Amino acid sequence: MKIIVAIKQVPERDARIRIDSGNKWIDLEDVEFSMNESDAYALEEALQLKEAHGGEVIVVSAGPERAGKTIREALAKGADRAIHLQSSDETELAAYDALGVARLLAASIQDEKADLVLTGLQSDDLGLGQTGVILAELLGLPHASLILKIEVAGNGLKVLRELEDGWFQHIELATPAVLTIQSGNTKLRYATLMGIKKAKTKEVRVIAVADLVASDPSLKPTAPSVVLDQVKLPHKQRSTQLLGGSPAEAAAALVEKLQFEVRVI
Amino acid sequence: MSSVLVFLEIKNREISRISWEAMAAGHQLAASLGVPVDLAVVANRDNPLLQTIHGKVPRTVYAIDDPLLHDYTADGYTTACAQLIEHAKPTYVVFPHTYQVRDFAPRLATRFQQTLISDVTGIEAGPAFTRQLLQGKLNASYHHSGSEVCFLSIQAGAFRADAAEAGSTAVEPFLPKLDATQIRTKPGEPFRASAQTVDLTSAPILVSVGRGIKEEANLPLVQELATALSAELAASRPICDAGWLPMERQVGSSGQTVAPKLYLAIGISGAIQHLVGMKGSQCVVAINKDENAPIFEVADYGIVGDLFEVVPALTTAVRKVKS
Ligand SMILES: Cc1cc2nc3c(=O)[nH]c(=O)nc-3n(C[C@H](O)[C@H](O)[C@H](O)COP(=O)(O)OP(=O)(O)OC[C@H]3O[C@@H](n4cnc5c(N)ncnc54)[C@H](O)[C@@H]3O)c2cc1C
Ligand SMILES: Nc1ncnc2c1ncn2[C@@H]1O[C@H](COP(=O)(O)O)[C@@H](O)[C@H]1O
Repeated sequence: MKIIVAIKQVPERDARIRIDSGNKWIDLEDVEFSMNESDAYALEEALQLKEAHGGEVIVVSAGPERAGKTIREALAKGADRAIHLQSSDETELAAYDALGVARLLAASIQDEKADLVLTGLQSDDLGLGQTGVILAELLGLPHASLILKIEVAGNGLKVLRELEDGWFQHIELATPAVLTIQSGNTKLRYATLMGIKKAKTKEVRVIAVADLVASDPSLKPTAPSVVLDQVKLPHKQRSTQLLGGSPAEAAAALVEKLQFEVRVI
Repeated sequence: MSSVLVFLEIKNREISRISWEAMAAGHQLAASLGVPVDLAVVANRDNPLLQTIHGKVPRTVYAIDDPLLHDYTADGYTTACAQLIEHAKPTYVVFPHTYQVRDFAPRLATRFQQTLISDVTGIEAGPAFTRQLLQGKLNASYHHSGSEVCFLSIQAGAFRADAAEAGSTAVEPFLPKLDATQIRTKPGEPFRASAQTVDLTSAPILVSVGRGIKEEANLPLVQELATALSAELAASRPICDAGWLPMERQVGSSGQTVAPKLYLAIGISGAIQHLVGMKGSQCVVAINKDENAPIFEVADYGIVGDLFEVVPALTTAVRKVKS
């Protein structure tokens, strides 16, 4: 089975949030990056499928040069090769909306004719929760989203889908297909030393976004339908009473509130 | 003529609460544009649930009906909704941001060469649409450009459902042209994972732990506090994913929805998927080292500090007043 996994490099969870001078994104200075959480699970699913059924795992990532580090991490964990859709700087991709980025991703993987395309459910930075589903429509493939488990069944797949409030369902679909993977269902592997060494020799095809667009003008971000105007720190409307002092003082103050105001002790 | 079309979702044999909120958002948007609101539900025109539609009175309620829509599939819903949109020609299409909508609305928008503005938390003049970035740590304002139809989905709890107004609405059946070969996925019956052995919903006090606890070995710290308070232990998703606590203790959109007298969130950042499961608590207390953590937006009391220092101090203080 030939499996493509879309992975995105995103700012670390506890990155310091300061708005940059353009008011369109955060200041990335001193920010560390990592593989988007659900993408790591998508990669793990792909690697397990390959181990069980054979085939090839190809990762694709759109992002600036720094995304190369996350790509190497995926290769070190066991992906066979990679496509790096490289933007020239931090802002080039920001000119695209979700459909625009998905078009670029679709154009870069179309010729691979994969049996399965996996994406994360949602990126931790933009949180659109859409790219995989859009990709399915662009590639003309069926999809299932919020997937926790993939089994090969007959000449198709049987997947476990998460529903709201602790419910689940199975879905059967034929390949080729697109699945968006929800975090948490398996243990993630670590890259071994051997894997890290091997990763250095694996193929990373770098495609410049500008070159891809030049080859197909319909990919140009001339008129994204959704445009970001500005970002802001959330307006604090909190009525939280903060209890200060040493841990012991804060704890004592809280217990008093719980006793006399909330009346639960 | 332009209009706003709001899709309502039926779940557990009622029109879901988040659908009313999406409807309120749709009415607010329509009022600012001076255009009418139409509603759409996948249901038979005689479905009694259509009579439960309340709030501001819409122009038309479309009952989208076809045997191939009885079980939800992304392909079926995408095709049916696309046909209704072509028929009704709305300028804005508004959805509640549910798992079902996440599953097909991006596909539907793509069919119109558009991008869904997902998980909207506010609509301002313009119209400008607010949504959260970086798991609630940043807000972003977007607008839609061009004259094509614009797709939005509305976050749970972001809008308040309108009070009912008198008036009657015409229900108009909409029968899409669907063909079984268009539906490429076969959905199975929904099921629950396992028998529930704890009932978080009836516990008056919940001590809930998140990724701030770092390691499974640190869990006794919060367990001791829970015991001191005679509380049940709950958790955010990553704790249950890791297998440190069983999934039945997970609070949030994919876990339990709780509303105890006291909800103590320890080392939980307050992502929306967690908040929707506990926002209804009578009192929320947050302990977090990051003063900007979104959990503080819903907390009545907060302690900004290291949980490894605060929680033991709290356990001691609780034991002292109880003894
Ligand atoms: C479709 C979908 C469904 C989901 N369903 C759910 C759900 O049902 N329930 C759920 O909870 N999540 C759910 N999630 C995940 C959700 O988006 C968040 O990722 C998750 O809630 C984060 O958990 P957390 O707050 O424990 O971890 P984090 O976001 O990592 O937060 C950890 C917090 O701990 C604080 N901290 C760290 N160290 C310390 C310390 N020493 N002292 C004090 N504070 C500290 C940090 O400041 C941070 O705020 C869902 C996501 C998606 C996309
Ligand atoms: N720039 C990108 N490069 C590679 N994959 C991406 C990119 N953006 C989004 N994705 C994939 O699409 C998923 C959903 O992202 P989003 O729609 O932004 O929430 C992510 O988890 C990734 O798997």
